[in-house]
Amino acid sequence: MFLINCPYCGERDQSEFISGGEAHIARPKQPTELNDDQWAEYLFMRKNIKGIQFERWNHAHGCRKWFNVARDTSNDKIEKIYKMGEQPPKL
Amino acid sequence: MKNKYSIFSLIKNAFSNHENWQRAWRDPEPKKEYDAVIVGGGGHGLATAYYLAKKHNLTNIAVVEKGWIGGGNTGRNTTIIRSNYLWDASAGLYDHALKIWEGLSQELNYNVMFSQRGVMNLAHNLQDVRDLKRRTHANRLNGIDAVWLETDEVKKFCPIINTSQDIRYPVLGGTLQKRAGTARHDAVAWGYARGADEMGVDIIQNCEVKGIKRNGDSVEGLETTKGFIKTKKIGVVAAGHSSVIANMAGLKLPLESKPLQALVSEPVKPIIDTVVMSNAVHAYVSQSDKGELVIGAGTDSYVSYTQKGSFNIVEETLKAILELYPIFSRMKMLRQWGGIVDICPDASPIISKTSIKGLYFNCGWGTGGFKATPGSGDLFAHTIANDEPHKLNAAFNINRFVSGDLVDEHGAAAVAH
Repeated sequence: MFLINCPYCGERDQSEFISGGEAHIARPKQPTELNDDQWAEYLFMRKNIKGIQFERWNHAHGCRKWFNVARDTSNDKIEKIYKMGEQPPKL
Repeated sequence: MKNKYSIFSLIKNAFSNHENWQRAWRDPEPKKEYDAVIVGGGGHGLATAYYLAKKHNLTNIAVVEKGWIGGGNTGRNTTIIRSNYLWDASAGLYDHALKIWEGLSQELNYNVMFSQRGVMNLAHNLQDVRDLKRRTHANRLNGIDAVWLETDEVKKFCPIINTSQDIRYPVLGGTLQKRAGTARHDAVAWGYARGADEMGVDIIQNCEVKGIKRNGDSVEGLETTKGFIKTKKIGVVAAGHSSVIANMAGLKLPLESKPLQALVSEPVKPIIDTVVMSNAVHAYVSQSDKGELVIGAGTDSYVSYTQKGSFNIVEETLKAILELYPIFSRMKMLRQWGGIVDICPDASPIISKTSIKGLYFNCGWGTGGFKATPGSGDLFAHTIANDEPHKLNAAFNINRFVSGDLVDEHGAAAVAH
């Protein structure tokens, strides 16, 4: 339970948002050329980090926009919020 | 040799004010080398060690636990045991466990208080009815006792349920597995620990794994807070922290760790003598032997290792509980807690070898691992001892995420497990 500072609406309760999981997993440019191992990596394998993790969040009960969050999963503290398409910050 | 627990030992020790009970397990320092080391001293890990020693004669082994045994999800779950899963692979796995549960107290000489009080799963809409009837048929084909109950039979089996058809999610029927029930979670960990210790297994508490030493494609040992332990076989049963251990070995797993919450009420007189689960409204409730209502809530949607969970999740569960059981409206809740569950994309576990020789993982039990504790330990021990899966856990290998042969229980199971 924590607050998220939506870059478009301001600080709101986490329950207004939906977690989109790990960020920066790029969709394969040439899907037909991927082998099964590469597909498994893209679809299923996750870092699931205990510590600072880069994630996508969606303000589902608000502006419905997506953005990125750098959050420490060991204490739920949000370190940085940045927009989609931006590179992850160095923390 | 351990003294046998019995009514006579209880009487004998009562005369000495219970001050002379024999220690249930030792507290050894780690040796330099073991034939195998189990990482994680929860129910699954201790059961694995127990069956490795008992069935496969591997007694020069250790269980390393970063906290105290049974202090993680083993001590945090709602103790529900059932095997009414849809798919053949799952039915085989969970019913194997249920069969061991039925004789476990006798086998361990430790009362795990296994109580076959039945588990009822409610249907609240037409799709629930179709899904649960389909599951009942699938269960019966797999030899699992399951019956469909109409609404009036649900009311008869558990009279305190509100079966009015005017509520938001009316009860349209349900399934019942009579062999299902509950057990005392701490006793399971302690019973397996006592049994494993007797056969020579070292249970090392307050010993956190800090690294896995590899030599090319095989493991050489573990870096721990109590020094380096050399071993050729490592079985990781670390539940929510499985990915953390996997990262130490340079592996990635298809897991996400999320908080799952439960809560108990103040103790009251016996009011509900079964376990009732509802998938659609996500509420399940049973009553402990102390009289507390044991209520399971849902997982949070985000990855977190905090063992807390959000208030809105509890709020939603209690709303559903109150609609189904108006009699609980004045009940006070005593405690709430969270555990970290590791969830696979297909909501089925992984009991498997890995690409690294000598490294085995038993993880991904998500929100429903407790029920499988004895079966999971038995099959994981088989996998570690033979370097090959047992036929009952062959489908639960890690390669299914590459081959696409998933055991998709996510939408099909009774509740979020």
